[in-house]
Amino acid sequence: MLDPMTTWIVIAALAVGTYVIRFSFLGLIGDRALPEWVLRHLRYTPVAVMPALVTPLVLFPDATGGAPDLARLLAAGATIAAGILTRSVFVAILAGGGTLYLMLWALGG
Amino acid sequence: MIASLPAGTYRGQMETGSAKSAFWRGAYGALPFVIVVGPFGLLFGVVASEAGLDLLAVMSFSVLVIAGAAQFTALQLMLDQAPTLIVILTALAVNLRTAMYSAAITPHLGAASLRVRALAAYLMVDQTFAASLAEYERKPQMTLPEKVAFFFGSAAPVVPVWYGATLAGALLGQGIPPEYALDFAVPITFLALIAPMLKTFAHVSAAAVSIVAALAFAWMPYNSGLLVAATLAMMVGAEIERRPR
Repeated sequence: MLDPMTTWIVIAALAVGTYVIRFSFLGLIGDRALPEWVLRHLRYTPVAVMPALVTPLVLFPDATGGAPDLARLLAAGATIAAGILTRSVFVAILAGGGTLYLMLWALGG
Repeated sequence: MIASLPAGTYRGQMETGSAKSAFWRGAYGALPFVIVVGPFGLLFGVVASEAGLDLLAVMSFSVLVIAGAAQFTALQLMLDQAPTLIVILTALAVNLRTAMYSAAITPHLGAASLRVRALAAYLMVDQTFAASLAEYERKPQMTLPEKVAFFFGSAAPVVPVWYGATLAGALLGQGIPPEYALDFAVPITFLALIAPMLKTFAHVSAAAVSIVAALAFAWMPYNSGLLVAATLAMMVGAEIERRPR
């Protein structure tokens, strides 16, 4: 279980931090253009951070005590395939969730 | 007809009228995003309350932080017992893209009053940004009040649904037993967010570096390998984009 004190520190810091990031240019920097190299790096933040975060969760899930699990691997594969093919977050979640429950049932996990 | 009206009246009515219609066009334009935001909020509510957060904490996340991917990131790292500073930095890194949104929208909304810009900054999420910037580029002749109205209009369906879905998920989550494998809801959500972004070779390379480096630097203490992997991946993506092919 999570420690309430830590949770509230994280919420407060993220509330301020995410707001400052959003307000940054609009509120403070105004019309000055951002250097192209900064924008170029910012474009890749989501695809740079999220795969690193998700990789260990997919390969070594907590629910199986860290052992790779076929049902979860197949669900991850289905999510990625559906997301690339349809470009829809919603369809990808449905494909992943559907595959997971189907495989957990079929493999008796 | 126009000449017979007192000076200013007609103009004033025109502006209010066109701003009002811009608001509704914004609301209509952002409506399809509700299909993504609703389930996403619901899922956050469920997963956060399963993790043991009380209702106030779950709602504070969605109302104060109002950034789904960053919220899921923070939650997952807290569950991994990562140090608080790493939790905060990584979640903020996920949300760095909104700095790009803020920069891109400034030429359009930068002339608005500070109060309007302060509120717009709070509402600067993927959906309001995408809907508004597309409209501004389609109709460069829009006036400032119309642009402002369109932006707030685009937030009107998205933000209340985000709050409401989180609340529904939090209330629901307290009754869902662990055998429903919700542990995997977070990975699936992240993969579903990433996959549609893999549009170019640079994006795919950044994601690949991110995965390999995350595993290679997994030995680093306090989950700090994650930030190293993310930095490397960002540099690779930017470098590939810069190089002419």
